[in-house]
Amino acid sequence: MIDWGWLAGHLDAIAYRTAQHVYLAALGVAIGFAISFVLALVAARHRALYPPISALAGILYTIPSLALFAALISITGFSVVTAEVPLVLYTLVILVRNIVAGLDGVPAEVLEAADGMGHTRRQRLWRVELPLAVPLIVAGLRLATVSTIGLVTITGTISDAFGGLGYFILDGYNRGNFLTEMYAGAFPSILLALGADLLFVRAQRRVTPWANARTVEATS
Amino acid sequence: MPQQMPEQAARRAAIVQYEHVSKSYATAKLRRGAPGAVNDLSLTVPAGKICVLVGPSGCGKTTSLKMVNRLIEPTSGRILIDGADVADRDATELRREIGYVIQQVGLFPHQTIGANVAVVPRLLGWPAARQRARAEELLSLVGLDPALYRDRYPAQLSGGERQRVGVARALAADPPLMLMDEPFGAVDPIVRERLQNEFLRLQAELAKTILFVTHDIDEAIKLGDLVAVMQVGGHLEQFAPPAEILAAPASEFVADFVGADRGLKRLSLTRVGEVALQPVVTARVGDPAGEARARTFEDPFPYLLLLDPSDRPIGWVNQRHIPGTGTLAASLATPMSPLLDRRTTLKDALSMMLDADVQTGIVVDRAGRLRGVLTVEAIAAALRPSADPDGIAAGASGAGA
Repeated sequence: MIDWGWLAGHLDAIAYRTAQHVYLAALGVAIGFAISFVLALVAARHRALYPPISALAGILYTIPSLALFAALISITGFSVVTAEVPLVLYTLVILVRNIVAGLDGVPAEVLEAADGMGHTRRQRLWRVELPLAVPLIVAGLRLATVSTIGLVTITGTISDAFGGLGYFILDGYNRGNFLTEMYAGAFPSILLALGADLLFVRAQRRVTPWANARTVEATS
Repeated sequence: MPQQMPEQAARRAAIVQYEHVSKSYATAKLRRGAPGAVNDLSLTVPAGKICVLVGPSGCGKTTSLKMVNRLIEPTSGRILIDGADVADRDATELRREIGYVIQQVGLFPHQTIGANVAVVPRLLGWPAARQRARAEELLSLVGLDPALYRDRYPAQLSGGERQRVGVARALAADPPLMLMDEPFGAVDPIVRERLQNEFLRLQAELAKTILFVTHDIDEAIKLGDLVAVMQVGGHLEQFAPPAEILAAPASEFVADFVGADRGLKRLSLTRVGEVALQPVVTARVGDPAGEARARTFEDPFPYLLLLDPSDRPIGWVNQRHIPGTGTLAASLATPMSPLLDRRTTLKDALSMMLDADVQTGIVVDRAGRLRGVLTVEAIAAALRPSADPDGIAAGASGAGA
């Protein structure tokens, strides 16, 4: 069923494509997060802008990825930009909404206390609001990362130069459903998604020890 | 930054003056839970006193409070702290010099208790070691062991403990003025009572100027050196010491607000030492019985109070049970009235007397020696509506001898 000989002969290629997969996904999420962060801060400060920003991000999300690749090739050619633009755009809807929800979730009395003790707006944002938004921001990053890792496989349709592990899936398909090669693309991709998710969970536990603090029923 | 400290320590308590302060809101913005308007509020809070703003919801008490640290800006009028208009100050700098405590506390959930207490020192740029030391000092002050609490998170504390941390946090930079907005409103009555008592003990030590908002008239009377009763629409109805508010309400509204039981409330404000005590027929153990018996028949009260050789009361002896000859023995005395001291409130005194099913309480000094007897009639006399606070005070000096 599985051609072990083929696998043994392609370990280098699998390693290379895995690294490429991680690179393409990480770049997409990183750029997407940077853009989302700025958009969310703007939306949080100017509430009127939130509905249009959120709606635009939602519309972008509905564009089929293959159509977007085809359209972009005519503008940016067979470059990494063509691969990254859709990956970035698809993260926006998840990340913007989660960051805004995280900022919105900060209790009103915490904000009042922060103001009453003399925080400037900037101090309040960086010392109080963003730290408290971290759990929801990380939840957004987990979703965005898992979906981006899945999407990277499709970037292989632009060119053999991209696709990460998706290259093996497409190539195996083109060889008449060569399952061994298709598995060599699919399984590591799934493992990457699971691994990234686990990494975020671990990282969040570390940076938000307060969120795991057990509520104790103490008498005063 | 640390150079500011001696200056702050020098003025431990501030004077707060409201000068014709009004705040109006556009009618369109009015909704339930919206801040209440304030109408031409003028009052002065002396340094080191607790001033309680009390009134029904919508009376503008919280609005009045928040205009001091400029969380709300007045429509007209001025608020002065030590003579300086708060409007001339940078709002964030001003707020760092004013302690602020709110009902829901608003501790930062992502910071440890130690870090929460040190929030303002951190904003002021104190060195880390000094922030830590100050946080520990304040946790001890509010009765929380720093070693146990410093590294916990707010979610791990009870409501009462969180409220204490809130008070510690507000005191961190040793502010000359504290604003407290229903600080004990969210905890259960037993914890509230304990927190109120601790608060009074703390204030006796710190002597800050405190503006305190509550809707609870009992809390206002218990905690306030001065009470400002406010009416819906932001009118100040009366500004006076609590005893005066109870004895002489300035308006129908104040009388209604303090309640039909305001006479009873005065019981908790008046202490035994302020009421005229009655003399009573006494004798010491070992005194001649016949002579003592004769004296009880000269007095309308048919009992003798038997004392030990140091004048400490042992108990009552009915005149008919006193033998005509021999000496008085301690065994003659029957279960006695509750022992009160001059600092017992009339409320507690009356309660103890009702519990013991007697009409009289025995008042003793610190050494346990007899000072006199408190009767139900004397309590009633002290509370007579015509008795103004000055009258009660005069009674106190009379009974002191």
